[in-house]
Amino acid sequence: MTPLAAYLLVAALVFAIGLAGALTRRNAILVLIGIELMLNAANLNLVAFWRYGPHPELLTGMMFAVFSIAVAAAEAAVGLGLVIAIYRHARTTDLDEINRMKG
Amino acid sequence: MNVVFWILAVITILGGLTAVTLKNTVHCALALTVAFAGLALLFLELDAQFAGFAQILVYIGAVAILVVFAILLTRGSETPSEGVFSRTWFAGLLIAAGVFSVLAWAVLHSTAALPHESNVPAVDVRQIGHALMGRYVLPLEIVALLLTSAMLGAVIVAMHEKGEQK
Amino acid sequence: MANQADQIFVLLKHWIVSIFPAVVQPYLGVVLSVVAIIAVFPGLFALTTVIERKGLGRMQNRIGPNRTGPYGILQPIADGIKSLTKEDIIPTSADAVVHFIAPLVLVVAVFMGFAVLPMGRNMQLVDMDAGLLFFFAIGASTELSIFMAGWSSRNKYSLLGAMRAVAQMISYEVPLLMSSVAIVMITGSLSLVKIVDAQNQYTWGLPHWYIFTPWGCAAFVMFCIAATAETNRSPFDLPEGESELVAGYFTEYSGFKFALFFLGEYLGMFSISGLGTTLFLGGWSAPLQVLNFVPSWIWFFAKVMLSIVVLIWIRGTLPRLRQDQLMNFAWKFVLPMTLLNLFVAAIWRFMGEGLLRWIVCSAILIGVYVIVGTIGMRRKKFGPRTYRYAE
Repeated sequence: MTPLAAYLLVAALVFAIGLAGALTRRNAILVLIGIELMLNAANLNLVAFWRYGPHPELLTGMMFAVFSIAVAAAEAAVGLGLVIAIYRHARTTDLDEINRMKG
Repeated sequence: MNVVFWILAVITILGGLTAVTLKNTVHCALALTVAFAGLALLFLELDAQFAGFAQILVYIGAVAILVVFAILLTRGSETPSEGVFSRTWFAGLLIAAGVFSVLAWAVLHSTAALPHESNVPAVDVRQIGHALMGRYVLPLEIVALLLTSAMLGAVIVAMHEKGEQK
Repeated sequence: MANQADQIFVLLKHWIVSIFPAVVQPYLGVVLSVVAIIAVFPGLFALTTVIERKGLGRMQNRIGPNRTGPYGILQPIADGIKSLTKEDIIPTSADAVVHFIAPLVLVVAVFMGFAVLPMGRNMQLVDMDAGLLFFFAIGASTELSIFMAGWSSRNKYSLLGAMRAVAQMISYEVPLLMSSVAIVMITGSLSLVKIVDAQNQYTWGLPHWYIFTPWGCAAFVMFCIAATAETNRSPFDLPEGESELVAGYFTEYSGFKFALFFLGEYLGMFSISGLGTTLFLGGWSAPLQVLNFVPSWIWFFAKVMLSIVVLIWIRGTLPRLRQDQLMNFAWKFVLPMTLLNLFVAAIWRFMGEGLLRWIVCSAILIGVYVIVGTIGMRRKKFGPRTYRYAE
């Protein structure tokens, strides 16, 4: 197994774990945790391809990963703000309870 | 593959697993921090120092704290009444397993077509600066706008509305 | 001769390393440097506890500890014996695992910050290309350990103290970074070694330290404010305010873990003073060119101890800031001033040599500060202190 394949497998495993977390947990914040894990796995993929790819001096993969980190931080902030606002209204963060469009 | 990679991979995967399976939400957030740290060290192992340090600074220094604050503000640290996994947990697990198997199959069967190991790229921070101000200046400016609007949006969404009982 | 005194530790390390076989040499070099850091800085920490207690005592018109040894010099030994032999109490409802690892995470993270500080000519542990970014990344990780300490104690006071501490540290992290970005912009590198090298030049015998430039002086003031807040020192020590929160997030810690927290806090002070010295005060370079015969590491440690003494002095002098005053100050005053400072540093860089750039940059900085101050006072925003009483 080449080094690149090993990194890609680790990234795929972390992605699957994040996806499982996002799909199976009740608490809205844990869904966000799963999403963060997925974004991180994608970043690992990007950097691994940058490192073992043909033109690493162009810095494309690493720059993409850095921008992805910035955007993920912004998305986490807005997502958690939304969770807090929903909690204030529905008094719960349990996603199985918040299953109606009517408030 | 060297020992360091396997140790870091095990740390990251264990961190991720504990982050999605533990009952106590704050413990999940701390395990997530361990996963972030493992990933940052993997970036350093891949000679992407800037990305690794940025990962530590942004994810561990800001996002993890944000998650923990949100857990505290929404009383997530109390034990839930009906268990932590949703009613449809099995379907979710199946989907995740399916995604992983497809990805793993794709990686393992296309090993011949994947790029091979190249020389270690000597990445200067100065080169990154030139790249950010040269080739990637448009994404940089757009990310700046995005971060500003996200900050404003998060403040507005989470602010107390007028007249609402605090 | 002067050069040998200057490089004495480097030569010592090379000599010790050369005794051993070549296979183990790189690891041995690293281990020696790490052992040196682990030995020196806790020793300085012990000295600082005595200086602090005696200094604060004198400022508060009392003598500090004077029983253990002449002038209380042996007090740290007594403190050490006390902390090691005290019973380690963990509350039954506390989260044992998190309670245990919180001080460890703090101490490990703080020690890692010392790796990039250049303590003398050729005397840094690692010369990283992105050294400053590494330092700030590691500094950001300490906030999480404070939260872990406060939350795992299952104590309302601890949690409140921890949340206040984390909010304060996050708020002041941005001005800390932004005031350093001006330095990075002018030097053109994130490497701390290159920043010190850029300041090691002399004009008419006076050094090129960044504190002697208008934007550097403003950045230094803001760095000091942010650094005092980052290390939870007075006047920003509401999270551990002894008169308000018992001991804040330390409340449920006793014995050796408390000693570890104390060590971590003081080492954080050393680490950020070391960074301030490196960025603004020229690191290991001498103040006047004639004084170059004194070894470089003496200058570094002298400047760091001077910063520590000033921090202790400020602690003994200023009253504590309230939490909302603290956060308002960070977001509404210090952060815009750091952005303005960045702009002024850019003007400085592009105006070329000469007296004009000094006048223009100083005028902009002082002018904005005075205008903001007068408008704020007129609109009663920064007016005399208002009091809100509990109802």
